[in-house]
Amino acid sequence: MEFSCSKTSDLLFVKVLAERIDAVAALEFKDSLREITGKAGANHVILDLSEVGFIDSSGLGAVVAVMKLMGNTKRLDLAGLTPTVAKVFRLTRMDSIFTIHDTVDDVTKLYKAG
Amino acid sequence: MKPHALQRQADLCLKFPSGELEVRNALCALTTRLREMALSADDVGSVELVLGEVLNNIVEHAYGAGGQGEIEILVKRAAHVLRFRVIDEGGALPNSALPEGRLPAMDGPLEAMPEGGFGWYLVRNLACDLDYRRADGRNELAFSICCEGQA
Repeated sequence: MEFSCSKTSDLLFVKVLAERIDAVAALEFKDSLREITGKAGANHVILDLSEVGFIDSSGLGAVVAVMKLMGNTKRLDLAGLTPTVAKVFRLTRMDSIFTIHDTVDDVTKLYKAG
Repeated sequence: MKPHALQRQADLCLKFPSGELEVRNALCALTTRLREMALSADDVGSVELVLGEVLNNIVEHAYGAGGQGEIEILVKRAAHVLRFRVIDEGGALPNSALPEGRLPAMDGPLEAMPEGGFGWYLVRNLACDLDYRRADGRNELAFSICCEGQA
């Protein structure tokens, strides 16, 4: 599973370069994210899911696990949810747990403005 | 697995060995066929979510780690509904009944956030007319998903 990362002074953008976060990919996703977020030491991570067309309950569990790994002092936001991925977050009410941005550009604008 | 009457009546039929990768490939093959049947992207998404949970449940629990066996999916399309039958020869569901599929509690502290328990909730939310039978060492789960478009 591949990722593309970019860092600003406050934010770490992690784009998932995979079509699926499913039972096959969940463990690798979690381990990779643990490594990426740990290495970068970023306090605010934006997970860009715009390339991901499908996530299942294992994948959703892995995203929650990454949020938990980051602890209470760091923050994980999501961006660019495609329709089926958005449906999973909506139905499971995980959309009330995560801050979800429409696009990565929205995040950039938001923090530039701030 | 013996061929049966349902197989002859099905619009789509898929059979593959149990495994996470096999499930992924089966879902990709099936969603391609459904898109060819002019189903909306939203409906195809629902089918993929429900089938994904049902199939991974068979791989992880009915056959379990290291377990081997086949999984068969039969799909029949009526006007605005897709009727699915999923058959396996793994272990029975606990108490031979479908799990309730309640959404796990999310109001606790961060460390108590649920990392699982969403599967049957998604199935019950997106599918209807669920029917589970255990007979002759086989599990047979039937469910329907409403869809737009014509037959």
